[in-house]
Amino acid sequence: MGDKIATREAYGKALVELGKKNKNIVVLDADLSKSTRTAEFGKEFPERFIDMGIAEGNMMATAAGLATCGKIPFASSFAMFATGRAFEQVRNSICYPKLNVKIAATHAGVTVGEDGATHQSVEDVSLMRSIPNMVVINPADAVETKAAIFAAAEHKGPVYIRLGRYGVPVIYDEADYKFELGKSITIRDGKDVTIIAAGVLVSEALKAYDILNKEGISARIIDMHTIKPIDKDAIIKAAKDTGAIITAEEHSIIGGLGSAVAEVLSEEYPVIMKRIGLNDVFGQSGQAGELLNFYGLSADNIVAEAKKIIKRK
Amino acid sequence: MDEYQYLKDTAREIRRDIIKAISEAKSGHPGGSLSAVEILTALYFKVMNIRPEEPRWEDRDRFVLSKGHAAPLLYSVLAEKGYFPKEELLKLRKLGAMLQGHPDMKGTPGVDMSTGSLGQGISAAVGMAIAGKIDKKDYRVYALLGDGELEEGEVWEASMAAAHYKLDNLTAFVDHNKLQIDGPIEKVMSPEPVADKFRAFGWETIGINGHDFKQIFDAIDKAKNIKGKPTVIVAETIKGKGVSFMENQVGWHGSAPNMQQRDEALNELGGAK
Repeated sequence: MGDKIATREAYGKALVELGKKNKNIVVLDADLSKSTRTAEFGKEFPERFIDMGIAEGNMMATAAGLATCGKIPFASSFAMFATGRAFEQVRNSICYPKLNVKIAATHAGVTVGEDGATHQSVEDVSLMRSIPNMVVINPADAVETKAAIFAAAEHKGPVYIRLGRYGVPVIYDEADYKFELGKSITIRDGKDVTIIAAGVLVSEALKAYDILNKEGISARIIDMHTIKPIDKDAIIKAAKDTGAIITAEEHSIIGGLGSAVAEVLSEEYPVIMKRIGLNDVFGQSGQAGELLNFYGLSADNIVAEAKKIIKRK
Repeated sequence: MDEYQYLKDTAREIRRDIIKAISEAKSGHPGGSLSAVEILTALYFKVMNIRPEEPRWEDRDRFVLSKGHAAPLLYSVLAEKGYFPKEELLKLRKLGAMLQGHPDMKGTPGVDMSTGSLGQGISAAVGMAIAGKIDKKDYRVYALLGDGELEEGEVWEASMAAAHYKLDNLTAFVDHNKLQIDGPIEKVMSPEPVADKFRAFGWETIGINGHDFKQIFDAIDKAKNIKGKPTVIVAETIKGKGVSFMENQVGWHGSAPNMQQRDEALNELGGAK
């Protein structure tokens, strides 16, 4: 695995590149442009950068209005405010009319760190996933983020992209990486258990693979970058091939990736599964790495759960 | 001859259609639809640069019904203007109908923005006005707010943004009919003084009688010539205007006339054009 880069960094750079290619790209932010990295776009294209101040609801509905005029707005804030504070604007003004607005939210999950629970969104995927017409993407590294941003711009309709503040290892090689909306990536093949991860947890799952491998356990690792529409085929195949599934996400176990996978399994091909995530609790202040460990969002915990679930098969 | 006779006749026809549509639907919002008939008639039949045969024409003037519950008014105006057949009005709010309880831009030609949840329409209008500025287009954006709607914080977020970005291509109307579902706005949660608040947020303000065509046109002309800031036209109106038993009656905010009341209302409004 390569250097650590936060997905928000990749987002900032991708936006500038996208802005050069497509003059219809406009960017809105709610006074967090330095943190979300949209400031880079603002510097390059000041006439297409609109700071809406600390008013996320208004920002989302303004983005909707821009989209009715042919613009492709990227609206950014922290995941907490973009999806929580502005939920109803996202639902009624963006998704109901299926307007071409992209919500790129940074600082998702507990890896926000020291700011604590008020700023650590662990419900955003749940909220966004439940709205008709919405696409939900949670990229794993900088390479996937860039590709996801470009794919989001190509897609006609609302997209939610979940990004982080915390540096994560670059796991993909840009030269041969291909992003397909709704199509997961099987990074490692295996037969004993499948670990389906998204975002920050993908690199932890890869570490878990190595540990398990040394102990003679063969794990399949799937990067489920698109949480909606979810890649049902890959989930069903994994259930058939490995008979046990673990999901790992930096999100509540209620409503996120774990729930999405459970929905597919329970209707299509039930096998035993375990959801790793925030266990219906709020986060707290601390360093990002400490918090991941504290809440069991780590390779070690994935390994422990994998061993347990294999015994229950 | 009254130079506004044609518009007055059109307004009467629109009022008739509102009553017919809501009574047929057996639900809907007559009071706040009837209060803004002259404003929308003025916009759609005189002011706005639009093409009913090409509803998404990109250089058109835009209209956002921020008080989306006045959908029967917008629909009656659009049908009268020829965006879709009038028969659709009698399917309002019915299962599978094009005309939803609140405006749906995806399904209805001429609807520039889906609205209904109060406070959001004015934000969308701000977005449209910003797009016009970015593209250096000279279309104008109009929005209609309810006075009760001003209780939503988002209205003021949007107002701050409109003034901040000097959106002189945006004109908002406030349908100041002074009633909301729970009673008089002054008793429920007063947004007064309305004009002062907008002025404090950096808007030009104009006060008019919202049922007087000359005052409406004069205000719009004035707004077009104001540079560097948005304008709000605070229109004093009568909720339920044109149907005596509905006028200033809070109970008619969100209830439909039965068939007898419908006939009474239509009789009072006068025969079809």
